Amino acid sequence: MKVKMLSRNPDSYVRETKLDLQRVPRNYDPTLHPFEVPREYVRALNATKLERVFAKPFLASLDGHRDGVSCLAKHPKSLATVLSGACDGEVRIWNLTKRKCIRMIQAHEGFVRGICTRFCGTSFFTVGDDKTVKQWKMDGPSYGEEEEPLHTILGKTVYTGIDHHWKEAVFATCGQQVDIWDEQRTSPICSMTWGFDSISSVKFNPIETFLLGSCASDRNIVLYDMRQATPLKKVILDMRTNTICWNPMEAFIFTAANEDYNLYTFDMRALDTPLMIHMDHVSAVLDVDYSPTGKDFVSASFDKSIRIFPVDKSRSREVYHTKRMQHVICVKWTSDSKYIMCGSDEMNIRLWKANASEKLGVLTSREKAATDYNQRLKEKFQHHPHIKRISRHRHLPKSIYSQIQEQRIMKEARRRKELNRIKHSKPGSVQRVSEKKKRVVAVVK
Amino acid sequence: MSRPRKTNFRPKNTHSTKKSRISKKPQVPKKPWERRSPGPQRSLSGAQDPFAGPAPVPVAVVQKFCRIDKSKKLPRSETKIRSRLEAAEAQEEEISVKAARSELLLAEEPGFLEGENGEDTAKICQADIVEAVDIASAAKHFDLNLRQFGPYRLNYSRTGRHLAFGGRRGHVAALDWVTKKLMCEINVMEAVRDIRFLHSEALLAVAQNRWLHIYDNQGIELHCIRRCDRITRLEFLPFHFLLATASETGFLTYLDVSVGKIVAALNARAGRLNIMTQNPYNAVIHLGHSNGTVSLWSPAMKEPLAKILCHRGAVRAVAVDSTGTHMATSGLDHQLKIFDLRGTFQPLSARTLPQGAGHLAFSQRGLLAAGTGDVVNIWAGQGKASPPSLEQPYLTHRLSGHVHGLQFCPFEDVLGVGHSGGITSMLAPGAAEPNFDGLESNPYRSRKQRQEWEVKALLEKVPAELICLDPRALAEVDVISLEQEKKERLERLGYDPGTKPPFQPKPKQKGRSSTASLVKRKRKVMDEEHRDKVRQSLEQQPQKQEKAKPMGARPSALDRFVR
Repeated sequence: MKVKMLSRNPDSYVRETKLDLQRVPRNYDPTLHPFEVPREYVRALNATKLERVFAKPFLASLDGHRDGVSCLAKHPKSLATVLSGACDGEVRIWNLTKRKCIRMIQAHEGFVRGICTRFCGTSFFTVGDDKTVKQWKMDGPSYGEEEEPLHTILGKTVYTGIDHHWKEAVFATCGQQVDIWDEQRTSPICSMTWGFDSISSVKFNPIETFLLGSCASDRNIVLYDMRQATPLKKVILDMRTNTICWNPMEAFIFTAANEDYNLYTFDMRALDTPLMIHMDHVSAVLDVDYSPTGKDFVSASFDKSIRIFPVDKSRSREVYHTKRMQHVICVKWTSDSKYIMCGSDEMNIRLWKANASEKLGVLTSREKAATDYNQRLKEKFQHHPHIKRISRHRHLPKSIYSQIQEQRIMKEARRRKELNRIKHSKPGSVQRVSEKKKRVVAVVK
Repeated sequence: MSRPRKTNFRPKNTHSTKKSRISKKPQVPKKPWERRSPGPQRSLSGAQDPFAGPAPVPVAVVQKFCRIDKSKKLPRSETKIRSRLEAAEAQEEEISVKAARSELLLAEEPGFLEGENGEDTAKICQADIVEAVDIASAAKHFDLNLRQFGPYRLNYSRTGRHLAFGGRRGHVAALDWVTKKLMCEINVMEAVRDIRFLHSEALLAVAQNRWLHIYDNQGIELHCIRRCDRITRLEFLPFHFLLATASETGFLTYLDVSVGKIVAALNARAGRLNIMTQNPYNAVIHLGHSNGTVSLWSPAMKEPLAKILCHRGAVRAVAVDSTGTHMATSGLDHQLKIFDLRGTFQPLSARTLPQGAGHLAFSQRGLLAAGTGDVVNIWAGQGKASPPSLEQPYLTHRLSGHVHGLQFCPFEDVLGVGHSGGITSMLAPGAAEPNFDGLESNPYRSRKQRQEWEVKALLEKVPAELICLDPRALAEVDVISLEQEKKERLERLGYDPGTKPPFQPKPKQKGRSSTASLVKRKRKVMDEEHRDKVRQSLEQQPQKQEKAKPMGARPSALDRFVR
């Protein structure tokens, strides 16, 4: 007879000394791992609950301004520096790691309407209500020197916004018309205008650097080509757009923050339909900024909250609010895609985490592996009702919550009315227009 | 100082050819286990690799790791979702091949017993095996002569390292049977009907004459659960932390041992319950009844999930194998039957025994042990997946008393038998899974590892409501909810947003947009759609014909009216 019994040598299963690692032999046969799916489901449920437990996004509040913060700008080379302009003409430079103000300049009399940094990071520009454009050095004045701008340009009309070119020594201001300036000259190289109303903001495209977009008071968004010095095309929406922001990863996509509580993501090549309408705010959206990954953007709204939207979804994934934060005027996403800064009406700049439950600092490899595993589990089971309910749950202030209920009722009423109209009229006489097409009034080339 | 180098030189006007990076088609990988025949590999010496390409992997092993049921048809959904499902299927194929390759790293081989020159393995007695086998394995065969305290029932812990046994006259003991170190030995002064380890070797549940008692492994009584009275059988569901108890009063009670609550007390409405076993694959409890039926229970439902008619007389024993595919039952009609649990619930094979088998047990590799009187028979199958063939027994052994309890030790080639003369541990080569997974149940775990494992197991304790016949139900597409949602959306919006709007031909310049040409273009698209529809219906027709054929076995005069 031939016989062999299963006999294991304990030396190959038990460690030799206390200082060795434990031996853990693995066998991935599914019969040895029963109940895979229910156990993973329970792990995903636990991961979702823990994510809500650890969701503490508020980091710091930068205090110092004596009037509402009207604009923010990022330093292109230093992650820890941020510039802010206030409604009393003061510009402050902050260090985010120390959470202190490192420099204070009385830049303008009246509002600081716009602030932008030069691409090399050595200087920055401000425009204000006193019809001037001023260029300042990024390093503070040395001992004994006065705080003086490098360069001052006096204009004839009030400038409402400024943006610097991403590669060349050129910047654009907007007010009555869009002016392109060379840094060495005191008069603009070209002025472009289309329409008769004032223009509220201008932005350069980070990838196709000769393109600009601007928003005007007559509800349109105009795209300009700097090389030809002409406007390209414009799209007219229902209500006025406050600002636009170009996607730093996709050359032709931009998002517009509109007064009708929505944000519209457009593809520049086909402006007749927005790619996506992002609806979640309950009051006018004042500012929008993209994450450097190009996958999410953050929007600041008059309804005292900021929301983070994924680019391809129409609903927000996150909402940040505080009792002390009033109308949020400007918002920026830092260049390492980890933090969000917002400046609000009550003179404070707040620093938030972009992922609310993320652990900051250096993680060990085990922590990273566990975080990745939990993330993947949450994605796998995200559609299950219990998990979806927990991961979507956010506490909202009563004002926003009641506004949402009211607007939902109003939207339902409008929808029912349209449905009835279609039902009770001759089939085919009332055309159904898609929701996205409805928002764009006209596109003019 | 050197000037910073520009990393990529891109001429300015090449942006028109850039594709969007947002949407990408999923890359279906090539099947790597099919031998590629590239050109001969050349090296410096000119030698060629005679086995070019990756090593072939046996298809059966790859199938073991495939989890997606490709035969299930899903309702038509958007292209984005369909492409994601296709990408997931492609990824699963790739990963199952990698997992099959990793089987090379498994260190141990299963045991075996083969007779030479047509020798019948059933005639080989335990003493011969003990002589022929190495010392460590020979030590695994032992007999405990305990005649004083009545017939014994036994239970191995989940790692297979510890053994607990209880005698009818109250003797309860727990020991590490490998090192023969006794953990505790007490007499509970009451009849012991069944004994089970809870999730680890630290806790024991003893079904005593009146109530259920929980003991520490030092013999300290921790709990006396008076709600569970007159219990005949216990089963512990390890991943749900549920202790299922079958009582003489006809109630099946589930007790959650992690929180200490009774999750469900189900009235089985079948009189006295004294045959119970669990299905390790889906945690369903099988109860055997005196009318020859076996009923399947889950704590979520008040009615049994299924009832299977197995025998002509009462059912005497039920056992389910570790993959949940086969169920072995034996009845008063002297039959031993094996049923298919995962498909048709039909008997696969049957055998008449001279005496009915009172106890049945499956091993991890599919061996079936039956205790009839004082003889234990073991039957083996071809491989791990096939049911045991009941023609010839693989091993037999005669004990010194009548069998009262039977269990294969989890990761050792050993069958533990509790009988009226004590406990016997007999050798059964080839019974156990040779390679355990260290993170699931590790017989060589240290105290620290056990503590960590216990915490993790408690955190991922599956709620009792999720017990159902198919444990993979949560990972399937919820077709019912999908249909419901579609209906609701249709009602709310008044139209189905998923359907394509009627084709509108684009207006063209230079006179190509006249009415005639517009009508022609519309016609073209309509004909194309019509042709697609006809092709689809033609594909569906032979399926219908195939279904119709097996219905009528014998031709009858009324066949001419069947469509």
